[in-house]
Amino acid sequence: MTKVSFPIIGNYNIPAYYLLTHVLNTEVISPPPITSKTIELGVKYSPDFVCTPFKYTLGTMIEGVEKGADTLIQLGGGCRYGYYASLQEKILADLNYKVKVYNLVTAGKPSLKRIIKIFKEIDSEFKSVKLFYYGLITLKMVKYMDKIDDYIRENIAFEVEKGSFETLKEEMLSAFKSIKGFISLRKTYKKYLQKFKSLKIYKPDNYLKVGVIGELYTLMEPFANNYLERILSDNKISIKRYTTATYLLLKKKNIMKKALKKLKVIKYNLGADGADNVLNTKLLCNEGYDGIIHLKSAFCTPEIGVMPIISKIADEKDVPVLFLTFDANTSEVGLKTRLEAFFDMLEMRRDK
Amino acid sequence: MNKVGMPRGIFYYYYKDLWTNFFDYLDVPYIVSPKTNKKILRMGIKNSNDEVCFAMKVFLGHVAFLKDKCDYLFIPRIDNFKSSNQTCTNFLALYDIVRNIFNKPVLHYNIDLEHKKTIKKGLFYLGRCLGKKDKEIRKAYRQAYKDYKEKRELDIKENISKLKSEKLKILIVAHPYITYDEMLGKDITDYLSSHNIEVIYSDKFNSKITNKLALKYSKDIYFKYNKDNIGALKYCENKIDGVIFLSAFPCGPDSLVNELVMRKIKVPYLNLVLDDNSSFAGFETRLESFTDMLGELHD
Repeated sequence: MTKVSFPIIGNYNIPAYYLLTHVLNTEVISPPPITSKTIELGVKYSPDFVCTPFKYTLGTMIEGVEKGADTLIQLGGGCRYGYYASLQEKILADLNYKVKVYNLVTAGKPSLKRIIKIFKEIDSEFKSVKLFYYGLITLKMVKYMDKIDDYIRENIAFEVEKGSFETLKEEMLSAFKSIKGFISLRKTYKKYLQKFKSLKIYKPDNYLKVGVIGELYTLMEPFANNYLERILSDNKISIKRYTTATYLLLKKKNIMKKALKKLKVIKYNLGADGADNVLNTKLLCNEGYDGIIHLKSAFCTPEIGVMPIISKIADEKDVPVLFLTFDANTSEVGLKTRLEAFFDMLEMRRDK
Repeated sequence: MNKVGMPRGIFYYYYKDLWTNFFDYLDVPYIVSPKTNKKILRMGIKNSNDEVCFAMKVFLGHVAFLKDKCDYLFIPRIDNFKSSNQTCTNFLALYDIVRNIFNKPVLHYNIDLEHKKTIKKGLFYLGRCLGKKDKEIRKAYRQAYKDYKEKRELDIKENISKLKSEKLKILIVAHPYITYDEMLGKDITDYLSSHNIEVIYSDKFNSKITNKLALKYSKDIYFKYNKDNIGALKYCENKIDGVIFLSAFPCGPDSLVNELVMRKIKVPYLNLVLDDNSSFAGFETRLESFTDMLGELHD
């Protein structure tokens, strides 16, 4: 019997696991959480100057295969991300693992036809009706998760009882795992939203607000950014992040179509999420955020390209930007020093 | 009369014949930046952030050189040749990046076949921006395109005829903006030809044939220019003695595609990565041992 696994991004392994177990008649192996061993494995077998998410996802794939998976599912974006699957399959084959890697999205465009075709290949008894039904539930689940995450990011820095948000989030995630249908999903969401809102927070009058933008994998996988959001909230800073799975899957297309007409600094799409981050910089500046942190993995071509444009916009609006590059060797101490200097500067500007 | 500045980098190496002819026929004065030299390289490094790919640093250096010597910069945007033939994201973004880094009006056209923006429409748009009448543009376009096609076919013919040579044959798998650039690939190809080696270029093949052949290495590949390159490699895999992969650090598409191909081919290969710190002396040793080895295999 085939055993399916997939690389991990943030908490989205829960909806992904939910979808695959309900749609496919195969065993699904949830990937183990990323550890430093995962990264070591990934770095060891990757080409030198490939971007960091390749190394991380290769690491999780190897760990998944060692747990018994023989079919892996990879995604793709509007850059070289869509080409990961081919090379990863070859690398795994050279390592004598017998696995098939499927790429659900190619050339930057998700197509339902391709997904159905691939699922049929994995499981001959697959029915597309099931995919539509559970696909919609999964999308809804992702949407709810992102909504709650938005609330958490905004408020976690001001929790009165330390750790209360994270404990509740764990509880919520395990509740999402055993959803039966739309009604129970909605009930669970409402219940936990209520619980989160009733958690005690104390917001001082003059708190700092920072927006995080950048490349999607580094933003959404906390291990890839050395738990940057946790460092921010430990320093009593409220966080805003536009890039979520909901945004990428559902909203991106329409928002960018409208935005490109309005934005004067750029005229065209810049590849992957480049133009989105230009727009987000503008939004963050206009909404009075104190600072912006731009994250990317090493060698991320589209994000490197937009860096001068982002700093130009932020300069005009007089908002400081911190550019951070993450790769497998980023040390936590170095990162913390840079962040603390940045926070101090933001606070001094506030006091003026 | 307004002068158009053409940076000698990236796009130039694909379309130089088309552009220069088009501007000549339209009677538009233009200036092409000189071959890459140390000064241009330094200006490029100064004007770009350090993580940018080396070819783009060189390109920005050319732009900086032209900035005060012309009225318009000419930087096209190439998005895709249909959805399975995309380009590197730098090709998409350079127009907007240059507009933001340098305070200079930029002329451009946009190739986006997915949305029916062809090169013909692009050049018409360009001509209109320069204040020419449609009739003049049509005439100039037809002639320029014809010349460009003829030149390209001649190049391809000459390149393929080298495959029959008796000498040691090495295929250079690289983007033309690296192979032919004075500071990047030129030293390497010069070294090879001066040592009695036939140098075959991967960009001078008929892309209709090579793009189909490229799929034999991988079905998922969707980078147009990499398809050209590795398709050429498939085309002559059995007719050559060795392959040299040349890429700029850290080229996005190359890092994945070349790596995959290297794992699949049986021909001896050498992988050279160029960056702003690399010197020819370092490459010379590697080239020498590579060609020596090929020579022994050849005999």
